[in-house]
Amino acid sequence: MLLEISAFLVLEKLILVAIILGISLFIAMYSTYAERKLAAFIQDRRGPNRAGIFGILQPLADGGKLFFKEEIIPEYANKFLFILGPAIFMITACMTSAVIPWGSTLHIFGKDISLQVADVNIGILYIFGVVSLGVYGIMVGGWASNNKYSLLGTIRAASQIISYELAMGLSLIALLMITGSLSLKDIVEQQSHGVWYIVYQPIGFLIFLVCAFAECNRTPFDLAECDSELVMGFHTEYSSMKLGFYLFAEYINMFISSAVMVTLYFGGYNFPGMHSLHVSPNTLTILGVIAFFVKIFIFLFFFIWVRWTVPRFRYDQLMKLGWKMLIPLAILNLLITGALMLYLHH
Amino acid sequence: MSLPTILFWILAVISILSAIGVVVAKNPVHSVLLLIVTFFTITGFYILLNAQFLAVVHIIVYAGAIMVLFLFVIMLMNLNASGEPQKNNLVKFAGVVAGGLLLIVLVAALKKADTGMLIQGSTNIGLIQNLGKVLFKDFVLPFEVSSILFLSAMIGAIVIGKKD
Repeated sequence: MLLEISAFLVLEKLILVAIILGISLFIAMYSTYAERKLAAFIQDRRGPNRAGIFGILQPLADGGKLFFKEEIIPEYANKFLFILGPAIFMITACMTSAVIPWGSTLHIFGKDISLQVADVNIGILYIFGVVSLGVYGIMVGGWASNNKYSLLGTIRAASQIISYELAMGLSLIALLMITGSLSLKDIVEQQSHGVWYIVYQPIGFLIFLVCAFAECNRTPFDLAECDSELVMGFHTEYSSMKLGFYLFAEYINMFISSAVMVTLYFGGYNFPGMHSLHVSPNTLTILGVIAFFVKIFIFLFFFIWVRWTVPRFRYDQLMKLGWKMLIPLAILNLLITGALMLYLHH
Repeated sequence: MSLPTILFWILAVISILSAIGVVVAKNPVHSVLLLIVTFFTITGFYILLNAQFLAVVHIIVYAGAIMVLFLFVIMLMNLNASGEPQKNNLVKFAGVVAGGLLLIVLVAALKKADTGMLIQGSTNIGLIQNLGKVLFKDFVLPFEVSSILFLSAMIGAIVIGKKD
């Protein structure tokens, strides 16, 4: 029956939500450190090395700096919407982690505890829904700033995100035709015994990866910020922790999109040889969680690596890539997948 | 009152207030944002009816895509209260009459609707498997015809846009 919830379940889910939120914030925080260190390595510099040993406390120092900076709200800005913008952006970034299966079940206190907050049967669509709302954080904030650079950045960001959502959705349909389920838990479990879905959907994965870069506003698609043309894009007028939220939410988005890609195409918490290990189910679950995070870190590294290697697109190139190359390619992939499935089925 | 009923009443109040706000708000951007709030409450109703797929598609399509385009156009045109052209009273009166007639038709149509299926939780029609089967088995022709209608509208928009 719907909405019949026990107190224990609420407590269990609340603890899980708190842990997942804490981990995503922590990882987002240290992604900024990793980004600066890797950038320094690629450019043959030292990077942050003053706060703590190897500069390990740098993210804390940055966060503290942002908190204590003077907060400026422009005089002609719409005050309510100006505050609402970063709030929406941050909240939507944190909401997506709810349907990701972080591990299989843990058996503690005589109960099976699933390491997934909500196993809804439309899991992947939920992520799409929340991601498509994230754009409001940009639009509301950029418009409320009452600044032409902000507005230009906003319009660029919004049209970029809408354009790449289409190709992303189309590339995903081909995968969903194979899985036959929208639940992320089902998708991961299907990859537990067979091969990972990257083998069936290499082109779909490539399209998804490119779109994930665009959705996260990462170089080579960081046209929304585009420091050299638009000052800072949609968050030009922001200062203090509101700016911090905009910057920080992008790292959370990066983390979550890495997690989604691992879940969909790289087996989630499964790892090769997990069925031949003779360990207790709890140990296996923990090993699975570790494997999941290792895969996520590889993707995060890739995100950062690309940023410091590939230059930015021009805006018309971005639109051409999205509409004239990725979408037809995704439709072609869809057709080929459908035809092959029909052929093998008979 | 059970939890779903309480949730229903909270959502109903928010949705009606925000829908009134859409019409009353002076600033078009505020109107659009309030309309998004209304869509959210409608999503809440879908979830109460256990129609998860409809709920999430409603968010993706309406809140996530269509309203973004609305907001887009309004921001680009830089509309504000002072620049808005005032329509004359005759047009306003015609609008009220037309809206009232639509309301009467809707109330008349919904008054006799069978609500027996909609008791909370007892229906699974909104889940994706059931919805897909209904759409592609029982209603396949209307479904395809409506998709052709959408396609022709899209092509029409491109043709009009390309004219100059």
